[in-house]
Amino acid sequence: MIQIQKNRREKLKIAFKEAFPHTIPVLTGFLVLGIAYGVLMQSKGYSTFWAVLMSAVAFCGSMQFVAITLLTVAFHPIQAFLLSIMVNARHLFYGISMLEKYKGLGKIRGFLIYTLCDETFSISSSVTPPKTVERKYFFFAISLLDYSYWILGTFLGGMIGGFVSFNTEGLDFVLTALFVVLFLEQMKNRKNISSGIIGIVSSILGLCLFGAGNMVIPSMLIILAVLLLGKGKLCS
Amino acid sequence: MQLTGLQTLITILAIALGAMLTRFTPFFLFPDHKEPPKIIGYLGKMLPAAMMGLLVVYCLKDVSFLNSPHGIPEIVAIISIIFLHKWKNNVLLSIGGGTAVYMILVQTMFK
Repeated sequence: MIQIQKNRREKLKIAFKEAFPHTIPVLTGFLVLGIAYGVLMQSKGYSTFWAVLMSAVAFCGSMQFVAITLLTVAFHPIQAFLLSIMVNARHLFYGISMLEKYKGLGKIRGFLIYTLCDETFSISSSVTPPKTVERKYFFFAISLLDYSYWILGTFLGGMIGGFVSFNTEGLDFVLTALFVVLFLEQMKNRKNISSGIIGIVSSILGLCLFGAGNMVIPSMLIILAVLLLGKGKLCS
Repeated sequence: MQLTGLQTLITILAIALGAMLTRFTPFFLFPDHKEPPKIIGYLGKMLPAAMMGLLVVYCLKDVSFLNSPHGIPEIVAIISIIFLHKWKNNVLLSIGGGTAVYMILVQTMFK
């Protein structure tokens, strides 16, 4: 029994060591944005406790920023629920993409799904776990690290936010850079090129037709339609 | 703080419920022990690259190309990322380099 526990601890240690470098851009981005979120909540009269609770329970970056408006207007839980589904709709496609990778991972799977955000999805769907690491521990390490960065950032923002003097303007671009690089990584596999182009073109179309505030769901539907209609061609 | 503690708690739970519905639904519809339909397997293979494209466009959605600075910092930073990545092929270096280029541009040249 002790041997098994020791074994597992050893495996987890290796997994975190291997996973950490992949999450450094997320660490940077989540600290900046998490601090921004903590400060913003503070300025609306919500203490660190509430900001951290929101980050830990809901864990959905962009929706949390949208929700600040909700928290300062009136009590509308149904509206908050529906808005959350719409803003988070893209996760449906992340789930479909991760069905295969998250297969047969046992108890850990629930946590992986609970914390499947944009950044964790982009890393876990692009990176193949090294052979020295057990697959489930590797994905667990990525998910847990990203999740903790967001909570840590929120906490720091609530506590020290007002005093940060280092000029961080533009640092949040690190997450855009992460997505650009992981997009390029996906493009290395020739099979992904057409799908990547479909993603870019459909999203630009969605942005032009529906505007910055409403682009995500229309873009997802265009992507879905093109992928389904082009199945015969894209498969070969 | 406009809402009471209880109202805030309920709002947080409502938002979490909405988010979790979008995260868990695919895994509920296509459980581990059953082979998902072929079309879902096909989408699972194609969607990651497409969604990465969507995320890139989404991050740039508020950039105005018509008004100054015409998205120049973003364009220059992304081009540097592409070059860095082709050259050194190091994920962290490309991300760090691109971010540094962007920060220098928005803090000095395009204030």
